[in-house]
Parts: sequence; structure tokens; C-alpha cells
Amino acid sequence: MNVHEFQAKSLFAQFGVPVPRGKEITSPEDATAWANELNTPVFVVKAQIHAGGRGKAGGVKITKDKGAVAGFAKELIGKTLVTHQTGPKGRQVHRLLMEEGANIAKELYLSILVDRDTGWPVFIASTEGGMEIEEVAEKTPEKIIKELIDPAVGFQGYNGRNVAFALGLNTIEPAVMNPFIQMMGNLYRLFMEKHAAMVEINPLIITKEKTIVALDGKVSFDDNALFKHADVQQMRDLNEEEPLEIEAGANNLNYVKLDGNIGCMVNGAGLAMATMDVIKLAGSEPANFLDVGGGATKETVAAGFRILLKDPNVKGIFINIFGGIVRCERIAHGVIEAAKEVKITVPLVVRLQGTNAEEGRKLLAESGLKLDVADDLWEAAQKIVKLTGKAA
Amino acid sequence: MSILVNKNTRVVVQGITGKEGSFHATQCKAYGTKVVAGVTPGKAGQEVEGIPVFNTVADAVKKTECDTSLIFVPPPFCADAILEAADAGVKLIICITEGIPVNDMVKVKRALRGRDVRLVGPNCPGVITVDEAKIGIMPGFIHKKGVVGVVSRSGTLTYEAVHQLSTLGLGETTCVGIGGDPVNGTGFVDVLPLFEKDPETQAIVMIGEIGGDAEEKAAEFIKKNVKKPVISFIAGITAPPGRRMGHAGAIISGGKGTAAEKMKTLEAAGVKVVKNPAEIGAAVKQALGR
Repeated sequence: MNVHEFQAKSLFAQFGVPVPRGKEITSPEDATAWANELNTPVFVVKAQIHAGGRGKAGGVKITKDKGAVAGFAKELIGKTLVTHQTGPKGRQVHRLLMEEGANIAKELYLSILVDRDTGWPVFIASTEGGMEIEEVAEKTPEKIIKELIDPAVGFQGYNGRNVAFALGLNTIEPAVMNPFIQMMGNLYRLFMEKHAAMVEINPLIITKEKTIVALDGKVSFDDNALFKHADVQQMRDLNEEEPLEIEAGANNLNYVKLDGNIGCMVNGAGLAMATMDVIKLAGSEPANFLDVGGGATKETVAAGFRILLKDPNVKGIFINIFGGIVRCERIAHGVIEAAKEVKITVPLVVRLQGTNAEEGRKLLAESGLKLDVADDLWEAAQKIVKLTGKAA
Repeated sequence: MSILVNKNTRVVVQGITGKEGSFHATQCKAYGTKVVAGVTPGKAGQEVEGIPVFNTVADAVKKTECDTSLIFVPPPFCADAILEAADAGVKLIICITEGIPVNDMVKVKRALRGRDVRLVGPNCPGVITVDEAKIGIMPGFIHKKGVVGVVSRSGTLTYEAVHQLSTLGLGETTCVGIGGDPVNGTGFVDVLPLFEKDPETQAIVMIGEIGGDAEEKAAEFIKKNVKKPVISFIAGITAPPGRRMGHAGAIISGGKGTAAEKMKTLEAAGVKVVKNPAEIGAAVKQALGR
């Protein structure tokens, strides 16, 4: 789960990671009131969406004029921002962060995530703050500093010193050495205690006043650990999620919307991805990823149909079930029942294999439903592509 | 011969009185696996399909000499269950549970380091040695005794591959599901040398997916150490970057971990990469010259 910058920064503050004074704003009146209270030479108004590249898209306003903030708030709220991470449709702005400006002397990069190779948390740091870290890693890999943290003992002072000296903080600004190391320790605590998947500060700045400040903040959380953190759950913003994905989640379905026109319903994540791949090989594009999981029932199949059919791009549906624990005749019953409840107006190909597959196929064939039954994966994919026509 | 598990493997099922645990313990036993014990705290003295239940894994080890654990404990308590099994002296821990917090697994993996214990999973279908022991949730009947070793990050996609191998008459030796989580116990590089050494295994099927660099590591290992033919499929060539595709580990981040990149690296290491998942079996057949 992702959260907004203002939420990330409130967590930073809670864990002793320095941030600019700031507050969430949802109206021009709010903006004026907070500007009076902030009383700072420079005001920054930042659109809050779950995507990067806001500055280039016009989502960040900086002014010395207290009187101008209400106008900026009015302009940004309701505006649709299109950045390199939002896709062409963009994302509408509902919330803003307004904070004091900072005197930047130097921009750094710092993040923490789990290194998949070792299974240990790893800090990634760079002197190239404010840039896309992927770009830095590709063009100048020598400028990427990595420091693994042993989870048995947690963050130690030497971890911080390794990073601080590698960044050259001792020559850039010796006064921030110790605050930086302390901040890394706090960041590690935040990461572990709140079960974050990633914490990223870009840029982390050294100010002209010789302090260290997180000027931006991005935190994503491990969905599997949300049950432990009621405070984090409350940060969820449904405006930032695809409505069909919210509905799927409520039905315990794992759904990701894509841009093609063949809707697919599959049991198991790996097979669901492979099914998408085989649709592409057969000459079309998948409309979604949908894993109905190991315990597929009539209800989950019906919910799956409803979600697939709500996507106007879907011109055909491909159900691919490899029965293991899930028995194919039950899936067949589910399809037949669901098809009665949900009116299916597009071609449907059902491929059943595994436990009681033959029984399932027979049930479907005798159901009177307008559908094609297949037993082989490639045959099924070719069928649905032929029925829906190739992608434009 | 086979790898990891065989007809002498003695299994304890942790979480045996739960819905999943009791169902699968029964299925494993019916396949012929020696399921000798179950554990659910507070339920010692009960039986599940004739399998005695103990309060602790330590008790189960003492009374039944079980050497392998199969775990169905719910995610919030799973790290605890894995560490309990390791401390009780179990040598192989197969964890089926899906949804364990990553940071819990970070601590578990660290705690197991350097100890004489192997963890398979979590979030995996388990391990099966055909006609000897099924320790997991895979449907036993699709497997046929044969010559192909299978190692995979996915569940149902493995069944798909196994189905093809069985239908074509090639059959399998052992199938190992290593799971779809970003931090797991056993990796491709741990299983590949076992298959390479196993005299019955003549070819290896490796099923990967987007995310991480386990396939790249495997490619490096194969290039140097594996003489047997390796056939591979990588799921997720159509997956968009930045989106988690079901498995917590299946995500393309920062342009890394794409299917195309993995396929290229594997091909360069001499692996036969199939782009169509329906052709895994046929590719193995061809590689074996049958």
C-alpha cells in the first residue's frame, strides 16, 4: 500500500526524521489559515497524488507571497496531473501539502528496502539527490552506495558511518555527520516497526543552515503486515486506486487492470501471468490479471465475471483453471450459476484441466450456455483470440 | 533416487487441526507419505485421521522421530512456527502459508543462517517425489514417475508443466515449489545442484517469473555447473512495471526483473527458454531426444 507524501512525513516526524513544518490542506481557506500560522519567507504548495514527477507536471508551487497560496490551492485542487508515472489519463488532485521552503545547499538520496538476494534490509544512498535513482544506477553505478543491515542486531553506528563517509559528508558538511547517522537509525526503526516495503527520501537535503531535512518522502507498506498497523490502514486513499481493483479486493480476488481486450480469470498467480502471456502470443492483449485463488467458489467466479464485464474494453473472456485442490466440476457449476446471474454478452472460452476436468467440461457442454470448452492451453488461447478479433 | 524427500521421510504437520492442515495432512497420507505427527498447541492427545497431535514440535520429534515439517499455520504466527520447527531439530521445513509479512521472513531467514536446516517456501505448493512422498498441496494424480526434475516459483503453473510432462510420457522425479515471496528459504541455486547430482533426473524444468534476480543467479550457476539440459519458462512478459502480480515477489521495479531480461540471461547460459507455456513439455522431449 502506498501513502501520500504528507502522511510519509508525519511518520518521519514521529520517528525523529527531520521534515519541513507542513500540513495537509484541502481548501483555499485552509491554505490561507495555515500560511498565517507558518509565517515563513517561502511557502511550498504540493499536490498529493501517488505518483512521482509532480514538479514537472505543474503540481508544485513555490511563493514568497502569503496572499498567493489560496490561489494556488484553488488551482491545484481538482486538477488532473499527468506525469510519467500516472499514465496518459493522469490523476486528479484532492489533497495538498503546504509547508515551509528550505535553503538547499546539497541534495542527497536515501532509501531503505529489503535486498532480495541476502534477505537483509539495505540502505541505498547517493550524492545524486533529486534525480531518478534508476537513472543514476544505470548511468553512474559507482555513485550508488549500498549498506546491508544485519536484522539480528539491527542498525549500528558503523552502518551509518560507512554511508556518511562514502557520501563524503565529512567534507561536504561535517556538522551534519552525526545528525545524518542518527536519522538513518530512526529510518531503520520506522522501516522495521511499521513493516514498510520501502522508504525513500529524494531529495534528502543539507540546508544552508547546516541541518539535514527530508524534503520529499515516499513510503510503501507490506500489504501482508497491514493487519498489525491500524494507523497505517487509515492512511489508505481509495481515490488513488482503480475502482475495479477495490471491488476485486473486497471479494478476495487479486485483480490488476490492464489495457487489452481479453478478460481472463485464472487460479494461481503464476498461471494467471502465463495466461496473459499466451494471449499475447496468440496475437491479442490481456485486459487484466485476475487470480481467483485456491478456494474458487461459485461466488468468487460470479464476482470475477461482474468485474471483468464492468471493464468496457473487454470483448471476450478466457477462463483458465487448473484444478488441483479446486475441483473443475465445482468451477463448472460456478460458471453456470454465475452466467445465469450475470448476463454475459461477449464470447467465452473455458479451459478446464486437472482434478475432475472431464466432468466439468461435460457439465459446461450440456449447460446450454453459449461458450467454448477447451482442454489444452494453447488451443484455448487461439480460440478466444479468434472469437474476439485481434487487438487493434 | 530423488531429491529432498523420499519414502522414508517422516513428516510432522504444524497446524494440523485447522481446515487446510487437516485436509492436506489427510491427502498427503493417502498419497503414501509417512505423516507421523501433527502439532497444534493445546490439542495434544487428539488424532487427525489416525495421526497423533502434539502440543509442541519438540514433543513430536521426541515421540515420532519426524525429520520434516509441513506448515499450514496462519501468517501472523508463521514465523514463530518455522523457528519452533528449526529449534526442535527438524531438518527440512516446508512452509505452505501465503501472506507472511516480509520483515518477519527477514528475521526468520537470518535466524536459520548457518544452521543445519533447510526451509522451502513460504507461499509454495510444497515438494513431491513421485510415488514416494507428497509433502504439500499439489494434486498427486497429475504426476507420473519419470526423469524430469521441476523447480518453480509458482503453484498452478507448475501443475500445468507437470501435466504436460506426464501426458507426454516423460514423467517427473521430484518437483520443488520454492514459492512466490520476495524473501524465501530455498532458491533455484539450491535446488539445481541437487538435480544435477541426482542420477534419475535427466532434464530440469525451471519455472520463473518476473521480479528479483533469482533467475539471473540461476543462469550464472547453470553456466558453470549444470550439464543436464535445463528448460525454462518465465511468466509475466505482459506484466506492467510497478504492479504486483499476485505474488508479493512478482513485481518489476525500477526496470529490473523483467521477463525479457531473465529470458535473455538464461538463453545466454545455454538454457532452452520457451516463450509459450503450452510448449514446456514438448521442449523437454526434444531436449532429451525422444
